Amino acid sequence: MTAPMLQLADVTRVHGEGEARVIALDGVSLSVAPGELVAVMGPSGSGKSTLLNVAGALDLPDQGQVLVEGQDLASLSPRELAALRRRRLGFVFQDLNLIPSLTAVENVALPLELDGVSARTARRQASDALESVGIRDLASRFPEEMSGGQQQRAAIARALVGERRLVLADEPTGALDSTTGEAVLRVLRERCDDGAAGLLVTHEARHAAWADRVVFLRDGKVVDTTGDPASPESLLTAGA
Amino acid sequence: MYGAQLRQEFESRTGGTWPLNVGQVYTTLSRLERDGFVEASGAADEEGRIEYRLTTAGRAEVQRWWSAPVDRGQTPRDELAIKLALAVTLPGVDVPSVVQTQRTATMRHLRDLTRLKVDATEDLAWSLVLESLVFQAEAEIRWLDHIESRLARVRPTRPDASSTAGHRRTTDAEATR
Repeated sequence: MTAPMLQLADVTRVHGEGEARVIALDGVSLSVAPGELVAVMGPSGSGKSTLLNVAGALDLPDQGQVLVEGQDLASLSPRELAALRRRRLGFVFQDLNLIPSLTAVENVALPLELDGVSARTARRQASDALESVGIRDLASRFPEEMSGGQQQRAAIARALVGERRLVLADEPTGALDSTTGEAVLRVLRERCDDGAAGLLVTHEARHAAWADRVVFLRDGKVVDTTGDPASPESLLTAGA
Repeated sequence: MYGAQLRQEFESRTGGTWPLNVGQVYTTLSRLERDGFVEASGAADEEGRIEYRLTTAGRAEVQRWWSAPVDRGQTPRDELAIKLALAVTLPGVDVPSVVQTQRTATMRHLRDLTRLKVDATEDLAWSLVLESLVFQAEAEIRWLDHIESRLARVRPTRPDASSTAGHRRTTDAEATR
């Protein structure tokens, strides 16, 4: 059976104390397997962003476990967590994804170079990643020379460059018009069909509809989901 | 065009979303013929098929149809709206659960439509019909979200007052960003 790429087991995260105490996540369990795109929907304040931060090792839970490729994040030192974020996880935000002074290919190659991969290998892998999102020909453009949709494609390429197989996306289409936003989700969907695992936070049902499963979050709790985690059989079909 | 051909064209352009019964096609053709909008272009062929074409009056009627808006004055019966209207006025109905169950089902429907859309990009007519259904499903989900937030204002559901206050604060802070 395919092990989940990301697993949250009974995760609770509390912000603040006393009167200002807010239970941002309240016993949330969820898993994302390779080949799967899972969307998280919920109103403002339902815990979506906290969930993504916890899943991306940017924030630690007060209770429960977060496992990335079977590794419990609580067992890692800050240095190991930073390495895991560089090597295993990719983030795509609503905007401000790319460094303005670097070209598209340099932006995508950056996490690899930070991790000690040779410039040449990093550049080659970054070009491959740009190819996979359909913008290899824009490799030498600076972000300001690219449209919003092209920048988000580059951000997805960077999130999944090299060995990275888990992409965490926070409203990645928020600043785009509906047709461009759809094209970006199509790319994210294709990357997951090719074996990546994706967790997509959105408040737009039309965007969540690209996912295999939708998890509804309310007051920090999972209140419903559109289906069971994908079975190994269906993942095999999806990857074929 | 023959009756069977008409049916086939209608279904292929709308992706079979509203299947037509062939009997219905012939009944409509004979009414249109009676009213002078279509005419048989000749006798039946060896397979018994009759080809129909528009008359001048038929063309004018089609032109009028293109230029007039579709009538939205009549509201078709909407089972979901009726269900929610009854649910909020009857004791003992778990309205949030009705809302969530429907939202999950509509979300599944929206996902299925999105999957169909992936394969329909080359077919403009069919993909436009699909997108119409996508927007309708999306609107339904937004409406369900709206009901939920209205209900939360009318009758707070969380028994823990301190954490409810905390969540409200978060919501307001995010809303003013």
